[in-house]
Amino acid sequence: MGVALTRSAQWTAAGHGAKTLEVTPLNEAIVKEIMMFVESFIYKYPQEANYVFVEPLEWKTNLDPSAFGSGYAVSETTVKSEEVDKNGEPLLYLSVPQIKIRSFGQLSRMLYIAKSMKLKEAQACIEANRNPVAKILGLDYNIINGKNGNSFVSSVLDKMNKDDDPESEIKMKIALQLKQLDLHLLNHSLKHISLEIRLNSGTVKNDIELLKQFSGKGEQTVLESIEYTSDYEFSNGCRAPPWRQIQGEICYVLVKPHDAEILCVTCSKEGVFLNGGKTDDEGQINYERKGEIYKDLVTLLKEKSAIFSENMSKQEVKFSEQLQKDQPNKAPKEEVAVTHKTSITSRKSAQENRINLGRSQLTKRLEPSLNWRTSVSSKESRNTLRDTQVEKHGGKLEKSRSSLSSGRAQLIRKSVEKIEEIISDSSSESEEDEEQPDHRQEANADLPSEYWQIQKLVKYLKGGNQTATVIALCSMKDFNLAQETCQLAIRDVGGLEVLINLLETDEVKCKIGSLKILKEISHNPQIRRNIVDLGGLPVMVNILDSPHKSLKCLAAETIANVAKFKRARRVVRRHGGITKLVALLDCGKHSAEPAQSSLYETRDVEVARCGALALWSCSKSYANKESIRKAGGIPLLARLLKTSHEDMLIPVVGTLQECASEENYRAAIKAERIIENLVKNLNSENEQLQEHCAMAIYQCAEDEDTRDLVRLHGGLKPLASLLTNTDNKERLAAVTGAVWKCSISKENVTKFREYKAIETLVGLLTDQPEEVLVNVVGALGECCQEHENRIIIRKCGGIQPLVNLLVGINQALLVNVTKAVGACAVEPESMMIIDRLDGVRLLWSLLKNPHPDVKASAAWALCPCIQNAKDAGEMVRSFVGGLELVVNLLKSENKEVLASVCAVITNIAKDQENLAVITDHGVVPLLSKLANTNNDKLRRHLAETISRCCMWGRNRVAFGEHKAVAPLVRYLKSNDTNVHRATAQALYQLSEDADNCITMHENGAVKLLLDMVGSPDEELQEAAAGCISNIRRLALAIEKARYS
Amino acid sequence: MDQKVLKRLVESISKSVNSFKKSEIECLIRIFHNLVGRGDVKLANVGLDRNTFRVILHSVFGMTDDVLMNRVFFAFDKDNDNYINVKEWVRGLSVFLRGTFEEKLRFCFEVYYFNGDGYISRERIYDMLKNSLHQQSPGEETDEGITELVDIALKKMDYDNDGKISFADFEKAVKEDRLLLEVFGPCLPEAKSCLDFEALAFQHILTSSF
Repeated sequence: MGVALTRSAQWTAAGHGAKTLEVTPLNEAIVKEIMMFVESFIYKYPQEANYVFVEPLEWKTNLDPSAFGSGYAVSETTVKSEEVDKNGEPLLYLSVPQIKIRSFGQLSRMLYIAKSMKLKEAQACIEANRNPVAKILGLDYNIINGKNGNSFVSSVLDKMNKDDDPESEIKMKIALQLKQLDLHLLNHSLKHISLEIRLNSGTVKNDIELLKQFSGKGEQTVLESIEYTSDYEFSNGCRAPPWRQIQGEICYVLVKPHDAEILCVTCSKEGVFLNGGKTDDEGQINYERKGEIYKDLVTLLKEKSAIFSENMSKQEVKFSEQLQKDQPNKAPKEEVAVTHKTSITSRKSAQENRINLGRSQLTKRLEPSLNWRTSVSSKESRNTLRDTQVEKHGGKLEKSRSSLSSGRAQLIRKSVEKIEEIISDSSSESEEDEEQPDHRQEANADLPSEYWQIQKLVKYLKGGNQTATVIALCSMKDFNLAQETCQLAIRDVGGLEVLINLLETDEVKCKIGSLKILKEISHNPQIRRNIVDLGGLPVMVNILDSPHKSLKCLAAETIANVAKFKRARRVVRRHGGITKLVALLDCGKHSAEPAQSSLYETRDVEVARCGALALWSCSKSYANKESIRKAGGIPLLARLLKTSHEDMLIPVVGTLQECASEENYRAAIKAERIIENLVKNLNSENEQLQEHCAMAIYQCAEDEDTRDLVRLHGGLKPLASLLTNTDNKERLAAVTGAVWKCSISKENVTKFREYKAIETLVGLLTDQPEEVLVNVVGALGECCQEHENRIIIRKCGGIQPLVNLLVGINQALLVNVTKAVGACAVEPESMMIIDRLDGVRLLWSLLKNPHPDVKASAAWALCPCIQNAKDAGEMVRSFVGGLELVVNLLKSENKEVLASVCAVITNIAKDQENLAVITDHGVVPLLSKLANTNNDKLRRHLAETISRCCMWGRNRVAFGEHKAVAPLVRYLKSNDTNVHRATAQALYQLSEDADNCITMHENGAVKLLLDMVGSPDEELQEAAAGCISNIRRLALAIEKARYS
Repeated sequence: MDQKVLKRLVESISKSVNSFKKSEIECLIRIFHNLVGRGDVKLANVGLDRNTFRVILHSVFGMTDDVLMNRVFFAFDKDNDNYINVKEWVRGLSVFLRGTFEEKLRFCFEVYYFNGDGYISRERIYDMLKNSLHQQSPGEETDEGITELVDIALKKMDYDNDGKISFADFEKAVKEDRLLLEVFGPCLPEAKSCLDFEALAFQHILTSSF
């Protein structure tokens, strides 16, 4: 970190004695990074944490001795750690206000103790110790470190050889860690710097002009109005007065969003922020910065106005299009460097636009189901967000990838067509159906020689008899048909029409030759579409009936290539292709074939293989899956699965895997004993086959019996061992998926534990693509349901990476991560770690996530956290606005969210002070409003919450006033004992109020409760009895009052 | 016909031809005699002349190309006496109807090469492909087209680049792509006409076996 600190950090000008760090976003980020590094050090490297520094780090602290607890000897003005070095000196020594610390362990602990002050402490420490590396490791390490990074490792190794005592080994490890941190910090600050100098008068002006176009009254606009504060524009494009321009400020705007007060915003070169506002009387602006700095106006407004954010995502396509259109016009006016910058911004906004669309789910068509692509672009977008929240928690995970991601994204975008068609074995119908615009080669452009040669051959196809045609076809096959030039050349000279026409002749040889070419060129997505447009598919489907096996094969293979998109699959189905293809599968049956009768014949097995191949492609459409099933395809596929030919197995398993997304198929797969063979093929050598088998198991293992079958056939062991092979990411995703689904059964989890799969899964929590992570975390979430496994996960250091994943944006991943973290939190010891890593805050902030599933899952996870956290009440209060947020979630429409939030509130309300706060936030009327529900899960948690909330003030009365009592009585008629128990308890609490007793009595509660008293559930008995006694007592009192 | 002579003939032929059963050979011999139109078996050297054979090729096996039919005749006529005798008849038909890939390969090559020097020459290819383009515009253009087509064929099949196709070239090319077996024109019967012929020729055996 030495280099990063000296070069990147922005130190104030000298002159004040000790230099201090300026308060800039960059510095803040660096300090935070260092802080996170130190904080996590004790968990990550427990051994190195005990290493004693050569010199102590020493600074003036604001910490009070009383903050230190166990493990420290505390007096009024001094604190000594009980941990000491070899000479008996304490590793932490605080004598107000000086603090000396000599190990990473103590540093970590100190930061933990400092809590909210930790940022200040970390900063003070860095300011006071300008060369921390030298102090930690001794001077010699530092010199090497500073001078030359490359020779660093070698010289460290030298040292190791010279004196190989364990301490120097630890020293070296620490040195390497610090080195890494240093590099990381430098990368990080580089990114910051590149973000830093982004805005100039041109870009700001564009933004504002564009926003103006989309402003006005009405629902569809993004803003009500946006105005400059000053009409005068200086020649440099700025509107700020000159004395403010020196500060880098460009202009000030007044923005009126739909859903907020007028915002007065300063646009400066560093970014955009809220200022003190305009003072009405003088028209003066208070230039003081009042909020965070955002990277541009749009980002700021998105943060401040929900409606803006929402409408913007709708408008953004237009917006960014215009932005890009506008850029070239403006750019020449700026300096060269500026042009570069603008292009960066415009690209960024384009990316963002893509993300936003993704979020608002408008994109089913625009954004095909290509998982890779979305995940990559979302990572990119994270880089562009400079929201400090994200920066802070982004963690290593994201950063280590960020450098890769842009390159990968480009690569992927380039070959997007290919990948789209090949990788996308996701079963959605909506996939890759965007019709590519045809790009015809231009007539007089530089055409490759192949073009002319192919043109000549096509001429023979058109004008030749059978002999000439066959010669031309054979010769055409010699071209590199995998090359796009050739594929398009054939099309552009009208070859496709001729080839398809040939299929309709009676000449077998011509048909074979033509199909051989079509088969090759149909790997090209454009050609596929052309073939369909020219009506090629029905002809091929007819050929499937031909007596010539090789013709059938070729036709089926070509169909397999062409039917990669929806329209084509539909055509195949409509022309009865599915039935015919399924019939091909039946060919493999007669293994004793008669001697070859014709020259052009192939084996029956081959026919079946080609049939399976075509069905695989077709099975990506829902309707086709049904057709395959109706045509009796499943038993045939099951039979083919018994062969040992990989060529055959891959398409067969591929088809099954696609189809297994349907309930019908899963039942049939179970019935046909297919699982057994899938398991067997997991042991195959072929990676693709393993992948498809795992994928099929993943799909089928939703079903409990199937999970048992997988175990009974010994499938868990190969799955566990495949986890260790992480090179092939697609296979890894499939395998982890299968592990996830299988681990829903407890017996399977036990097996996985035997095979040490849990440890392996923890290892997969870092540096994996999101589709793998989703599954890994899902599997861990299931494993965590058992105490023993939770311990394993904690011991392997799995909690930290899990908590790190809480900052992601992938919905499926977040649902799984929250579940896993929640399960871990059941263990008090794990809970401590989660708390230290700020996991609860992260979970809490996920309550703001737009997806209801994520919200609900986060809320469920919060319950054990609150239960097991040490100072739960205090912790909950420390989340600013947290309680209000939770209470407001009771307005949600989603039953699951409501149930989970009720559960959270039940836990929160255990703390009296918090209960008071949520009462102030109006929890009682909100809960009462929910009372009329038929959902048993919600009923149960709602009743629990109500009984908990009765404990404060006049809440009991309030529930009665808000008419919550009568519906609660009806809950007693439910069939769920859990609901009964919770309801009886709630009624018992409510019955402390006389009016409520009357309501209950009126609604016939007494009879229902009397039945409950007879329940075997003791708690229920007790609550019911208590409630009845309250009602009865009231009745007696009334009677007494009447007669006296 | 003398049964004894017939039996002996069948015996001797069945030694060199494996793909037919003896009863089938007998049928083929009978057909041969019917075609020759004489009951006299002793004139073993008498056989089908070229015209009769071409009629058979055309009517039974559906061939149309004159040049090639002549060549098929010569390929059948192993002893080059301009007549196809009964042995040549049976052996030829065995390739036609039941030939293995290698036999057919050899047969086709024999049909296509002309000079007897074991090569298919460029001129020869030109002759065979002469009529392969539909006459769109008569005259030079077609000639040019055919020359080019010959070039294409040679480029494809002439592996040793000596301007002609040897048997080795031919074999290699056809093995790579079976479509090239009848590359210079149809000289083998279609599968369908083979089946028809067999059904007709062996109908006695088929019916008698029931």
